[in-house]
Amino acid sequence: MIAAGFAALLSHWRYRPLQLLTLIGGLALATGLWTGVQAINSEARSSYSRAAAVLGQDTLEQLQSDSGGPIAADRFVSLRRAGWLVSPVVTGDLRLGQNRVRVMGFDVFTLPRGAAPIGLSGNEDIAAFIGDGLVLAHPDTVAALGDTDLNLRTSLRVAPGDLMADIATAWSLLERRDFDYLLLAAEQPGGLEPLSQIVPDLRRVQPDAQGDIARLTDSFHLNLTAFAFLSFAVGLFIVHATIGLAFEQRRAVIRTLRALGMPNRAVVLLLLTEIVLLALIAGLLGVMLGYGIAALLLPDVAATLAGLYGANVPGTLTLRPDWVLTGLAIALGGALLAVWQGLWRIARLPLLAPAQPRAWAMASRKNTVWTTLGGLVLLLAALLLAWFGRGLTAGFLTLGALLLGAALLLPAFLSLVLALGARASRSVMAEWVWADMRQQVPNLSLALMALMLALAANIGVGTMVSSFRYTFTGWLDQRLASELYVSADNEAQAEELRSFLAGRADAVLPMRSLEVDIGGAPVFVYGIVDHATYRDHWPLLESLEDVWDRVAAGEGALINEQMYRRGGHRLGDRIAITPDWAEEIVGVYSDYGNPTGQMIVQHDRLMASFPDIAKLRHAVRVPPRDAQALAEALVDEFGLPPGNILNQADLKRFSLQIFDRTFLVTGALNIFTLGIAAFAIFANLLTLSSMRLMQLAPVWAVGTTRAELARLEMLRTLALAVLTWLLALPVGLLLAWVLLAIVNVEAFGWRLPMHIFPAAWFQLLAMAVLAAGVAAAIPVWRLARTQPANFLKVFVHER
Amino acid sequence: MSVRILLLLFLLMTCGVRAQGFAGLGTDAEGFSVPEPGRELVFPQDHGPHPDFRIEWWYLTANLKDENGADFGLQWTLFRSALRPTAGKGWSASQTWMAHAGVTTGEDHFSTERFSRGGIGQAGVTAVPFSAWIDDWRMTSLAAPGNDSLSALRVFARGPDFSYDIALTASGPLVLHGDNGLSVKSASGQASYYYSQPFYTVTGTITLPSGRFTVSGRAWLDREWSSQPLDPDQTGWDWLSLHFDDGAKLMGFRLRSRSTDAYTSATWIEPGGKTTAYGDGVLKMTPGRVRRVAGRDVPVEWRLQLAERDLDITVRAINPQSWMETLVPYWEGPVTAEGSRRGQGYLEMTGYE
Repeated sequence: MIAAGFAALLSHWRYRPLQLLTLIGGLALATGLWTGVQAINSEARSSYSRAAAVLGQDTLEQLQSDSGGPIAADRFVSLRRAGWLVSPVVTGDLRLGQNRVRVMGFDVFTLPRGAAPIGLSGNEDIAAFIGDGLVLAHPDTVAALGDTDLNLRTSLRVAPGDLMADIATAWSLLERRDFDYLLLAAEQPGGLEPLSQIVPDLRRVQPDAQGDIARLTDSFHLNLTAFAFLSFAVGLFIVHATIGLAFEQRRAVIRTLRALGMPNRAVVLLLLTEIVLLALIAGLLGVMLGYGIAALLLPDVAATLAGLYGANVPGTLTLRPDWVLTGLAIALGGALLAVWQGLWRIARLPLLAPAQPRAWAMASRKNTVWTTLGGLVLLLAALLLAWFGRGLTAGFLTLGALLLGAALLLPAFLSLVLALGARASRSVMAEWVWADMRQQVPNLSLALMALMLALAANIGVGTMVSSFRYTFTGWLDQRLASELYVSADNEAQAEELRSFLAGRADAVLPMRSLEVDIGGAPVFVYGIVDHATYRDHWPLLESLEDVWDRVAAGEGALINEQMYRRGGHRLGDRIAITPDWAEEIVGVYSDYGNPTGQMIVQHDRLMASFPDIAKLRHAVRVPPRDAQALAEALVDEFGLPPGNILNQADLKRFSLQIFDRTFLVTGALNIFTLGIAAFAIFANLLTLSSMRLMQLAPVWAVGTTRAELARLEMLRTLALAVLTWLLALPVGLLLAWVLLAIVNVEAFGWRLPMHIFPAAWFQLLAMAVLAAGVAAAIPVWRLARTQPANFLKVFVHER
Repeated sequence: MSVRILLLLFLLMTCGVRAQGFAGLGTDAEGFSVPEPGRELVFPQDHGPHPDFRIEWWYLTANLKDENGADFGLQWTLFRSALRPTAGKGWSASQTWMAHAGVTTGEDHFSTERFSRGGIGQAGVTAVPFSAWIDDWRMTSLAAPGNDSLSALRVFARGPDFSYDIALTASGPLVLHGDNGLSVKSASGQASYYYSQPFYTVTGTITLPSGRFTVSGRAWLDREWSSQPLDPDQTGWDWLSLHFDDGAKLMGFRLRSRSTDAYTSATWIEPGGKTTAYGDGVLKMTPGRVRRVAGRDVPVEWRLQLAERDLDITVRAINPQSWMETLVPYWEGPVTAEGSRRGQGYLEMTGYE
């Protein structure tokens, strides 16, 4: 009985293979996109945490010099002789041909347990590491470096772009004889003399569990995740619509089974089993699809992360059980969520309830009232959240409430517009068309909601990206005001460089900076000299009077917007940089893309407190037409390696290139989402087409041709798409506003001005119409080919 | 003796054991000096390091009691290992150092270790004045001018959960093992230079999580260096030093081999310091009760027979769980001896898998 019943229920799919395809395809697409993005995220995150764990940076305290300079080698030995378990690290950038790598030198003998292993084993390895200058590097790095004089060996434990070597090897590569910091073992012997007495000029710095890169790239991953989630939600609309329909169409079978004596509970269990099986199949397909998407996008994402944030993520994908399982779980969970309502109805279905598809639509009409009410409540909630909410979670809840609320209002909005249209119509035919559209709204509403969400997301994210790019371009012009950026390899060379430039450039501006800890967060303090470059160009958002005079006199500091917002500061507040040095905030400037706080103070004042800061980098002002010649002179006459000179124009082009590349990924996801929505419309129209015969047959019978009916059907679908776009427009703009003014500020600490780009909206309209047209093509084509006999049958056997 | 430890060698790798003897000790000595018969040991110079040999150690064990008569064992060891026969300078020096410290009570065993490269002053040994150190651990001579510099020492070490600070005074002469200090380690002739100062009396303090203890007792210092002390076939050793209550002392070891019988060697030391060396097979060491220690089966009771001295004793660990949780792990702890003679001493066992 059970087996026969199951076979009877499953036979539904045999007769409607397209519906089955829609269901599995929809779920697989949704799962695939979600899984793909998760795969990219987890690949990137695992490489960040590997990078953060290098030499125990994520778990071990460090000793650093108060003055910002290096630590002399003998300090290490005296600390060890005093009993403190410390281990030295030297790190620096090295140019090898065209490549820039980070060299990390450490002492394998004293490296505390808990610091990341680096893949040495056995005496031979140790001997080679210490004695033969063995250098460990990721295979990608080794490949990129090609032929070098280095004694390289590959190790997957080393982050891409890093070279790990013994202290002595690193010293000879970096031409140094000192350390950048000392790692403190987590467990120290008891009874030691306090560090503050042995080394009063060294300070303890807490470990950085997350790592700079992870913080920096949060925004990027947030973006991806939000998109993936949206796509998944849209995919669920498809599944919900298809499954609801499949249940509806099987009411006759279900009624028969129950009449034959199968318990209601058994029917529900069979349906549940069916959906679990389908979900698992779709989930597996989705995971495979996700892997494909991730593999396709990862190289671009990796390039973006490397360019924008300096984060090295390998371009290759590892199959990780966590996202495979998550993919399956989310497919299953999503399918169950989508099917819940249908199952509930069947469980409560009276034994001999009329098995009429119309009942579905009628019930939906009553639902519209509730849906609309729900939508209004959600919009109100969004408003309240935007007004009173604090924190990133509130920002996302605002987004969710706004989108869902607007989606729920869509059926009411469409009914209203269509009712108005009907009132305005003059001919009988026109009136029928309007009325028929209204009649169709409940059936199509889920698919249209999906379309609306996709369109709104497109407009919202598009507006955000364009605003960002517009602002960013202008801001780059302000920030990169100097024509050349030149750095020396050491202090002696820097000295010569300054005298070389003295007669040749309009101005040579020193660039000095240092990382300090203010209120538990890292802040970069920059020292500048007074110059028109800053006075004329710096992107100040707010400032006190005579702001540049004050900074030039060493009587005030500028801080970036992130620090300003996060610290809840006001102009005029004083910020302590060291225990005995505080500066008044005299101005705030925009600093897009930077996750950390930044301060600008007078150069001499900074150097007075931190005399050991490296004096290597310079910004050079020359008339723009002379910039290229000066750059060439620096290379040819002075002998500076070309990599030490950055040209403003190149820098800008490079920054924008990276920027566009980042949002290429967003663009790809946008298209995916829209594609899924189109698929939802297609699925709905297809499954509705057979039911539509009943409404179309009378119109056909009174003389309208099939071609005319098909034309009207297409027109209706396109009209609905246009109407949906109309509602999506304000929703999308609101979405952009929430992203720019709430989410962005909460997540990254800066607010972007919103710029509107109407041309893009109409482009999107064209895409929406195209998507709807393509989705309607097959159902409409079928309608045009419907045998007259089938129309006649409608009148013969009413069910 | 030892071959103690050597383990060491450093670093890493217990996995090389199977093919190459314990901790890589059975590998080639190419380029390093090797012990040769007929070389006379010269003091105080030979108290200092011999960098042209591959491995070397300064190895102190002590049997102590606190004021209530509770037993304590104490270990302080500094190992030197040369990565290459070439010298190197500063941070590129090819000498490396490793140290182990341990304290054993009837219930607990504490151990910790330190590592350093040579050439930078973090660790090292000087013969005159005698001083051996790594980080803040030290073994320094307190000997009056004219006396052997090892005749009086101060020894200090500390770990995360223990520390000790002891003073040692020797009441007898240095003792040379084997053939005038040349100790043979296998039938195929591998050997090391090996001498001891077994006549120390000790006073000092031990600090443990449970409190601070004033202790006194006896100690034994081993000095040994070589370049290839093990035959590749040898998988580990069992080594003992014993102080008998009548003032006599015994050093004995047994090197286990994969393919042949164990190789044994012993030195009998009379109360006045006169020694008799016994070659392979004279000392019989028979493992007794086995205990599960750190996931391995380790014999913590031994029967020792030396017919020439009418010796037939049973040696038992004071704490069977005296496991050194170091990079190269091994068993090392205080023992008591009963039978034809009574006494106490130290047992070391390596290569148990």
